[in-house]
Amino acid sequence: MDEFVNLKATELRLGLPGTDNVCEQRERASCNTNINKRALEADAENESESSRMKTETSQPRKAQIVGWPPVRSYRKNIIQTKKNESERESQGIYVKVSMDGAPYLRKIDLSCCKGYSDLVKALETMFKISVGEYSERDGYKGSEFVPTYEDKDGDWMLIGDVPWEMFVCSCKRLRIMKGSEAKGLGSVV
Amino acid sequence: MNYFPDEVIEHVFNFVTSHKDRNSISLVCKSWFKIERYSRQNVFIGNCYSISPERLLGRFPCFKSLTLKGKPHFADFNLVPHGWGGFVQPWIEALARSRVGLEELRLKRMVVTDESLELLSRSFVNFKSLVLVSCEGFSTDGLASIASNCRYLQDLDLQENEIDDHRGQWLSCFPETSTTLVTLNFACLEGETNLVALERLVARSPNLRSLKLNRAVPLDALARLMVCAPQIVELGVGSYEDEQDSESCLKLQAAIKKCTSLRSLSGFLEAAPHCLSAFNPVCHNLTSLNLSYAAEIHGSHLIWLIEHCKKLQRLWILDSIGDKGLEVVASTCKELQELRVFPTDLHGGGNTAVTEDGLVAISAGCPKLHSILYFCQQMTNAALITVAKNCPNFIRFRLCILEPHKPDHVTSQPLDEGFGAIVQACKNLKRLSVSGLLTDQVFLYIGMFATRLEMLSIAFAGDTDKGMLYVLNGCKKMRKLEIRDSPFGDTALLADVNKYGAMRSLWMSSCEVTLGGCKRLAQKAPWLNVEIINENDNNRMEENGYEGRQKVDKLYLYRTVVGTRVDAPPFVWIL
Repeated sequence: MDEFVNLKATELRLGLPGTDNVCEQRERASCNTNINKRALEADAENESESSRMKTETSQPRKAQIVGWPPVRSYRKNIIQTKKNESERESQGIYVKVSMDGAPYLRKIDLSCCKGYSDLVKALETMFKISVGEYSERDGYKGSEFVPTYEDKDGDWMLIGDVPWEMFVCSCKRLRIMKGSEAKGLGSVV
Repeated sequence: MNYFPDEVIEHVFNFVTSHKDRNSISLVCKSWFKIERYSRQNVFIGNCYSISPERLLGRFPCFKSLTLKGKPHFADFNLVPHGWGGFVQPWIEALARSRVGLEELRLKRMVVTDESLELLSRSFVNFKSLVLVSCEGFSTDGLASIASNCRYLQDLDLQENEIDDHRGQWLSCFPETSTTLVTLNFACLEGETNLVALERLVARSPNLRSLKLNRAVPLDALARLMVCAPQIVELGVGSYEDEQDSESCLKLQAAIKKCTSLRSLSGFLEAAPHCLSAFNPVCHNLTSLNLSYAAEIHGSHLIWLIEHCKKLQRLWILDSIGDKGLEVVASTCKELQELRVFPTDLHGGGNTAVTEDGLVAISAGCPKLHSILYFCQQMTNAALITVAKNCPNFIRFRLCILEPHKPDHVTSQPLDEGFGAIVQACKNLKRLSVSGLLTDQVFLYIGMFATRLEMLSIAFAGDTDKGMLYVLNGCKKMRKLEIRDSPFGDTALLADVNKYGAMRSLWMSSCEVTLGGCKRLAQKAPWLNVEIINENDNNRMEENGYEGRQKVDKLYLYRTVVGTRVDAPPFVWIL
């Protein structure tokens, strides 16, 4: 029964609180005017028309409508410039980096690196290792360390295969593999 | 009526400054009309095409201040194509030819050229005040003329104009003898500023009350300027480019401490949050704060700042303040009268920064609130009903829900009831902007209750012509009606053309009005200018054989006493 107790309180009406039947009375009164009479008669046909209009005019979420939202161009330009600037220097894309055998993990800011060479250098500095040379054919040659990353699907991938931007978007965490495990992944058999 | 000599009556009239009141006075009798005519100091023309400069001079030969508005309001949102009109040149030429001792010119949404500014600066010896809002068409060369030639210039106030910045030396064009500046606002200039010239100008302007800088004025320069101008009342800050420069921050703080008259802060176009602390000493006195361009100031810095501004009457802010931030405003700023919350994400797809909760909090906490502009992503009827209950004093209520046609996000109902509550409770409502999913019902409410409404903005709302008819029939004081993307057509447009005589203008774009309907309207009401704006077609529409049933993309009509304007571009067809 509880759900019916406060029905009246939550009912959305035009009248002020305490004026119970105001809305109903107004409706009855206004029914006598011509305008509303036409409104009632035409209601049926308008409903289908208006619902059609709504589906017709409901734009896809991000479609840009001219002059909408109603913000002065001066202001729009400033916000847009700000956005572009801040997107470029955003708070950073920090990802965890683990290295096999290391007691604790580190974090590295991918947005600080302009590309793979930056990233590799940073990792080498951070862990005091050397990962060797990358080649598409052979992976990382010349070292027992292989830099890998976990992508959005949860797979462990070799760093360096895909374009940098794509890597930054799909990289969840980094892992520097070592030794025999790495052999299977990164180097030529 | 005239027991007193004219001079006495004129003296009494001098105390009446409102345009509406002066207009009423002039209707009392012939004698009062004459006295009022010759003594009117300030003339306000809301639509520059409603009257000609010659007629203006004929009626008021002795005025000192002229305010002119050009393009319709929706021009702010790029809905009016470039070149539509609103040229100030003919006005300045006519005034220059006459003997009017013009001292002040205030223009909004007009096209101003360097030539106009040059002519203005040379034609009126006592010219004191130039205020340009949302204007375009001129460069810093025009400003140089004003600076050079207007010997007694007090106000140069440039608000949100598109100015071609030639990076020239316009600031150094103020002669060394120029010491009368009261207002200097060049925040909208994009280019470099001659800092030395600026400092010297400020140093020799003891009456300077309002100084608003552009982004090219860095922190250390600001500190030096404040030392020269401790009497400042309004300050617009430029940029804090060098975050590391804590010495300048300290210098600035020391200078600001002496600015005991400082009441208004704005700008912060490029501001590092930690520099806000320089304004510690003055926060408790601030009555106006505009941080709506300061995207970097948010979170705890912003909250901290607001907590110290207990006397705030006007606050312009970005929605990054969030509902929590608005709750802080509500509990701190008990004197708040005007609030504007602008969107940071223009496409409505981002985080919900402010919601209906923030609006409700403000309405509950700020008893003196009378003007609000609120951009948000969601709203509910319940919230609006609560707001109406809390704040029956709204004069201006503008709500913009970023996604068109968005319903009450809890009940999925249209927002008719919510807005209905607002218009019913707020008996003094003069300006209203509606948004979200709305049916004809909301317009029924508006027509019924918003008896004092003067300006109404409608977008993506309504179902049938009845909606527009409710408004036209009900709102007897309507002056400006602007509608876009709503299904109102010829029936509503033509129902009672005499209504438009009592209004300044009507704008309808992407509605259902047809060319035939507009033609019929123009026939019925020859005292209206009915403009069809069709920017996709550079030739006149009639030459292209447009039929009567063709829908009109943009319709702008306004009453006028001077007939069709002669400066309309090809894409404007005046019926």
